[in-house]
Amino acid sequence: MTAVRRLATVLAAPLLAFVVAGVVTSLILLMAGDSVSRFWDALFRMPDARNFVNIINNSVVLYLSGLAAAICFRMKLFNIGVEGQYRVAVFAAAVFAGQAWLPGYLNTAVAVLVAMLVGALWAGIAGLLRATRGVSEVISTIMLNSIAGTLVAYLLRQVGERRGETMTTTPLPRDSWVGGIPLIPGEASKVYGFAVLAVLAGVAYWLILNRTRFGFELRATGASQPAALASGVDVKRMVVMAMLLSGAVAGLVGMPLLFGTDHAYASTFQSGIGFTGIAVALLGRNHPIGIALGAIVFSFLIEQSNVLDIVAQVSPDVVVVTQGVIVMSVVIAYEVVRRYRNTAEQRGVARSMGGPSGKQETEGVVA
Amino acid sequence: MSESASVPAVELHGVGKSFPGVVANHEVDLSVRRGTIHALVGENGAGKTTLMKILYGVQKPDRGTIALNGEQLTLHSPTDAIEHAVGMVFQHFMLADNLTVLENVILGAEGLYGIRDRARAKVAEISRAYGFELDPDELVETLGVGQRQRIEILKVLYRGARIIILDEPTAVLVPQEVDALFDNLRELRAQGNTLLFISHKLDEVLAIADEITVMRRGTTVASVKPSDVTAHDLAELMVGTELPSPSTAESTVTDQVRLELTDVSLVDPVGRSLLSDINLRIHAGEVLGIAGVEGNGQTELVETVVGIRRASTGTIELESRDITGWGARDRRGAGIGYIPEDRQRHALLLDSTVWENRILGHQTREPSTRGVWLNLRGARADSARILEQYDVRTPSVDTHMLALSGGNQQKFIVGREMSGDPVVLVAAHPTRGVDVGAQAAIWDHIREARKLGLAVLLVSADLDELIGLSDSIQVILRGRLVGEFDPQTVSPQELGAAMTGAEGEAS
Ligand SMILES: Nc1ncnc2c1ncn2[C@@H]1O[C@H](COP(=O)(O)OP(=O)(O)OP(=O)(O)O)[C@@H](O)[C@H]1O
Ligand SMILES: [Mg+2]
Repeated sequence: MTAVRRLATVLAAPLLAFVVAGVVTSLILLMAGDSVSRFWDALFRMPDARNFVNIINNSVVLYLSGLAAAICFRMKLFNIGVEGQYRVAVFAAAVFAGQAWLPGYLNTAVAVLVAMLVGALWAGIAGLLRATRGVSEVISTIMLNSIAGTLVAYLLRQVGERRGETMTTTPLPRDSWVGGIPLIPGEASKVYGFAVLAVLAGVAYWLILNRTRFGFELRATGASQPAALASGVDVKRMVVMAMLLSGAVAGLVGMPLLFGTDHAYASTFQSGIGFTGIAVALLGRNHPIGIALGAIVFSFLIEQSNVLDIVAQVSPDVVVVTQGVIVMSVVIAYEVVRRYRNTAEQRGVARSMGGPSGKQETEGVVA
Repeated sequence: MSESASVPAVELHGVGKSFPGVVANHEVDLSVRRGTIHALVGENGAGKTTLMKILYGVQKPDRGTIALNGEQLTLHSPTDAIEHAVGMVFQHFMLADNLTVLENVILGAEGLYGIRDRARAKVAEISRAYGFELDPDELVETLGVGQRQRIEILKVLYRGARIIILDEPTAVLVPQEVDALFDNLRELRAQGNTLLFISHKLDEVLAIADEITVMRRGTTVASVKPSDVTAHDLAELMVGTELPSPSTAESTVTDQVRLELTDVSLVDPVGRSLLSDINLRIHAGEVLGIAGVEGNGQTELVETVVGIRRASTGTIELESRDITGWGARDRRGAGIGYIPEDRQRHALLLDSTVWENRILGHQTREPSTRGVWLNLRGARADSARILEQYDVRTPSVDTHMLALSGGNQQKFIVGREMSGDPVVLVAAHPTRGVDVGAQAAIWDHIREARKLGLAVLLVSADLDELIGLSDSIQVILRGRLVGEFDPQTVSPQELGAAMTGAEGEAS
């Protein structure tokens, strides 16, 4: 009973947010003179097996990106730089793995570590700037994003090879590829083998933040810097550590794509995952399961919007608006639900106290 | 005054207020005559702050009525309250650290006197009228607790309050400052303002109040005139126990040095000297009291010992080990307990639960952690122990810190810092904001630990506490230790004189 109630209050906020997002999107469609009903029909049509696999795969990538952002959010740091971090990381890993210095999966494993290391270092620059010079991490990570884009493009021209229109790194040796999981029988497209990596990252995130001393100190720093300082946390060091950790996870973002489908880094490598990850982390309230749900919702919307212009003659860009409204309203909805719950609880206590004889037995406290 | 005085400035009737799991106010009746100073007393968690928050529109009562100057009304927000000339200075200050004094005062009241010359003139005028001595352009970040409080009072006056609520204003002040504050309050009263103030210091209450209302377990139990009661009577009305006296029993000082500071000095980034030539030594079983007017280097001294600040010169030794280069974590791990002066900023995570707060500052020690892992069960169990032993009144260890009353937060911090047999306890105002009963209990706990060899560096604004608990007292003035006193023989007057430097100037 209470478990059900608790679940209901947890779900109330996101549901409210979705309703608001639905209404706002409909209004925009109306204003633009598009067909509202056809839009929703198209968006909520049953995804077929291939779409379904795509949704899962995209969620995996978004989830890693959301985790990376969430680590910093827990400390009230705004790492806007996941975008740049995963880009330099996946490039470095692609170059490394392409050389095939190591055999088979050893090559894969070390390449993943290279990606984490490079992502961490790239984020660490912003951490160091913040800790030593007080430079806002928001500004430095945004600038590092654009530097990352240029740097990778430049390096790609140096070390890459031309394939038709695009530049690409040396393709990975076949024995380092990570095979897919045939989740749906009879369906050709498969779920990334690295989905496992995302699950592991999620578990590690939860464990480290909620069960370790380090995680406690990180959260404490986010909750109150003076209190963290007085408790013995080296706040500057913590800033650098959080950025490193966040960057390391950001380094993982490109791995499922690199080892699962692309097998090389080309100038066409998927971009924008870092920014969507921020929204996913917000939607999921930095909770490992919340982030997973957020990632699924976002990739569902992205996948379903692909055919909008064909099926409903509506630009898929409308869905970006929907996503934006969801994130904004979820933040507001959480607050509304929290207040509602508080007043409800208070009323409950007041009622149970009843008339003038209902004075509490223990001092000012009724459990 | 005679006819209008018959209508009370504040009249509360049947007020009730519940929080999740707690009934904070219940059937409260309160009547405050206009142009008087009205004191509100009661044990920790009795509901005083909650009641005042209701009067200031911060909390909505579940039931009951509020009337101001005979007019019954509903207060929806502090803005509402201010419109009816009600202002409040909170137990825990609400100032923006990164703004200046002037900006803090103006913030949210830009419409009154603008944000420029007129505002500045008004602030200067009030500041001068009450001798606040505040530099309007100083950053709040750099100010001590005493100055922060004066800003809060200034804020309220700036907004034109005529009914002024002060939640434990004297807790942070030394006697001289209390006298100054009381002069201000009398002045305010003479000009027709109505003052409501909460205090745990019964002598002060008797000295200044025209009327006293006692709260107990969420309700008002008595309203008395100071001429009709003694501090003893008041204490009994509040908690039903005797007034404690902090007299130390026989000395337990040993010859084993626990903490030693040699030629310690501290210079701030712009080169101003905060501490100079501090030499002190605390033995096992000894309580060393530091007396001084707020802002003379106590905070800096304490933070230098704990490792939040690094001494510019000199050495600090803990049990003969040089810890000068150690950070706060290592020092605390080595057994330095720390009760900071500003509990909400430095000792608590307000949005976290009680048991999570048990871990804070004890991240490297059992039972809150085990190696790199948190020990949830240990932290919870030990939190429950603290709630029990230190009489912290809250429904459970899962309650958020924010929901504890000020005094109960303080009791929890003391309990936490006394956990795990600290070698040295650095305590700034350990009983600030706790009621007389809890104060006695905390004193007992400290004495008990002292007997077992604890060394205590005690900073307090409460001279009775200093004299009663300390084995020796050092006076701090402008960052220097300027004199040592024997608590057995010194009188509060002598100490007071040394603290303000009057003694030096006279000779
Ligand atoms: N925001 C809140 N949420 C839940 N409970 C609260 C909240 N504020 C106060 N309480 C509870 O209400 C009761 C009364 O608290 P209040 O702060 O009014 O006490 P007080 O008389 O001011 O005590 P003290 O002398 O310690 O400051 C306490 O049990 C406290 O835990
Ligand atoms: Mg209070």
